Amino acid sequence: MKKLLTVALALLLCFTSLAACGGGDGKADAEKTLYVYCFGDYFDPELQYQFEEETGYKVVVDLFDTNEEMYPVIKNNSADYDVICASDYMIERLSSEGLLAEINFDNIPNAANIADNIKPFIEDFDPGMKYSAPHTWGTYGIMYNKSMVDDPVDSWEILWDEKYADQIVMPNSIRECYMIAARLLGYSMNTVDENQIKEMTDLLIEQKDLVYSFANDNAREIMIGDSAAMAVITSGEVIYSKEYNENLEFVIPKEGTEVWTDCWAIPAAAKNVKAAEAWINFMLDGSVAETNFEYLTYAIPNKEIADLVDEPVLNPSAEVLANCETLHNLGAEGDDLYSEYWKMYKAD
Amino acid sequence: MSRRIFSGPFLLFILCGTLIPLGVIAYYGITDRSGSFTLDNILAIASPEHSEALFLALLLALISTVICLLIAFPLGLILKDSRLGKKGFMVFIFILPMWMNFLLRTMAWQVLLERNGIINQLLDLVGLPHLDIINTPAAVVLGMVYDYLPFMVLPIYNALIKIDRHVIEAAYDLGASSPQVLLKVIAPLSLPGIVSGITMVFVPSLTTFAVSNMLGGGKVNLIGNIIEQEFTVSSNWNLGAGLSLVMMIFIVISMALIEKFDKNGEGNVL
Repeated sequence: MKKLLTVALALLLCFTSLAACGGGDGKADAEKTLYVYCFGDYFDPELQYQFEEETGYKVVVDLFDTNEEMYPVIKNNSADYDVICASDYMIERLSSEGLLAEINFDNIPNAANIADNIKPFIEDFDPGMKYSAPHTWGTYGIMYNKSMVDDPVDSWEILWDEKYADQIVMPNSIRECYMIAARLLGYSMNTVDENQIKEMTDLLIEQKDLVYSFANDNAREIMIGDSAAMAVITSGEVIYSKEYNENLEFVIPKEGTEVWTDCWAIPAAAKNVKAAEAWINFMLDGSVAETNFEYLTYAIPNKEIADLVDEPVLNPSAEVLANCETLHNLGAEGDDLYSEYWKMYKAD
Repeated sequence: MSRRIFSGPFLLFILCGTLIPLGVIAYYGITDRSGSFTLDNILAIASPEHSEALFLALLLALISTVICLLIAFPLGLILKDSRLGKKGFMVFIFILPMWMNFLLRTMAWQVLLERNGIINQLLDLVGLPHLDIINTPAAVVLGMVYDYLPFMVLPIYNALIKIDRHVIEAAYDLGASSPQVLLKVIAPLSLPGIVSGITMVFVPSLTTFAVSNMLGGGKVNLIGNIIEQEFTVSSNWNLGAGLSLVMMIFIVISMALIEKFDKNGEGNVL
């Protein structure tokens, strides 16, 4: 009995102190605060203060690493975020589950700055462009070291060339690896046909012995350090990598590739939609886009800085884009299928 | 009552930090996405890609633990008898790297071991052949040993300094040789430290995914990596939780095996 009493007391103590903390948040504070949920290090931190100064809102930023980490937080509404950043297929998933609010673009005049060449890709995962405003975009391609590769690099097939055994860095991510196999076999990178996935897995297994390592964020460091001859990498890493190693070149293979877009969106449960709209409008501003571009070196689809981003790699031509595809949300069954084959591939 | 009140925070911690999360994991482990009961997530360990990853994790954790023990026990003996050791200075130096986050230290190894990394550049300078262990299980074992060695050294050192010098002197007086003293006196008396050292190295090595991710280059797939993938990429919490439960069972079995050797029961965890 005494034990029970102790536990009860402790719990009571805990809850009253929690309630005391919670009580401090007045309603007026809530209207003045914007809660942002974003990928880590995905905008120049200075911009947060600039936004606070310009608009008078107080900004609280929380970070996540992957879309899949963010999803349950939004799904269970375990924290009240007003504006989130998410990738294309996740925007599709969230909006199809009714977890996003339609954005009122009347309140976002800077939406006129959104570059035209990205629009078809947004339409692909967000028909009518109702739920998202693009933040960054890019493609996947092959980064290679000129001093180590003497063949012309223009096709994904070079990743299967045994000459470069133990010299190739592949992305450590399911969809990106399968995307390459899909392009080579002529399948859609969004296929959920088990036979096709099996065939792609077999193709990837053929190449696995040539892989030096599977890397995402540190692929560029491996390339900068001359530790591998080529890496499958996103276009956003090109400017940074070339700055540190002038032998590096980047190519979008002729078979086409994946175009990805990371977007701002407003959760359906957002409390402060006005502030969220102000944030999105701010991010779409030309000079803010420029600051972000210089900070991130990722392409930002903003008309105002089009001439800044005239690097063909970051702003691919219409012909290249015509050959590209965007990842779609595959649903739980599709995800499980890829995950299962990926594990077999890794275990092989 | 007056004293028991102090156990309140501890009980609350056990409840919120251990029992409730364990219950949640168990719930996810035995249900599917729609919430209905299933054993598939637990039985999934039988499929080759999962059981191979578990086997590899057990193997690498075992190798790391043995290496740590082989380094730590002699080191403990040296520290125990050295004057520096008595002042705690050597121990201090030894745990100094622990003041830095282990992820950073693992990342440093990545930079050191890379094909054109610092170690290989130095080897080039003196004309020695390259050390090509990055992205192999050997690099993962190296990372585990480096990261977890202090957890082996400290309990063994603590057990060793507790041994009464007179006991050892008595053993010599009664005619025991040095190896006999080591095997029949020092080793048994330091057993609790050895057991807790083994536990503290084996368990984190078995469950790690960070070390294998960074030093294994995505090519060394341990059960920890698979569980991490299910949670962070594949959005299949149920399978991840089911596999975690299986791994917990393996940890309990290994602990039970180790405990058999620990007759005094000082270092046990069960």
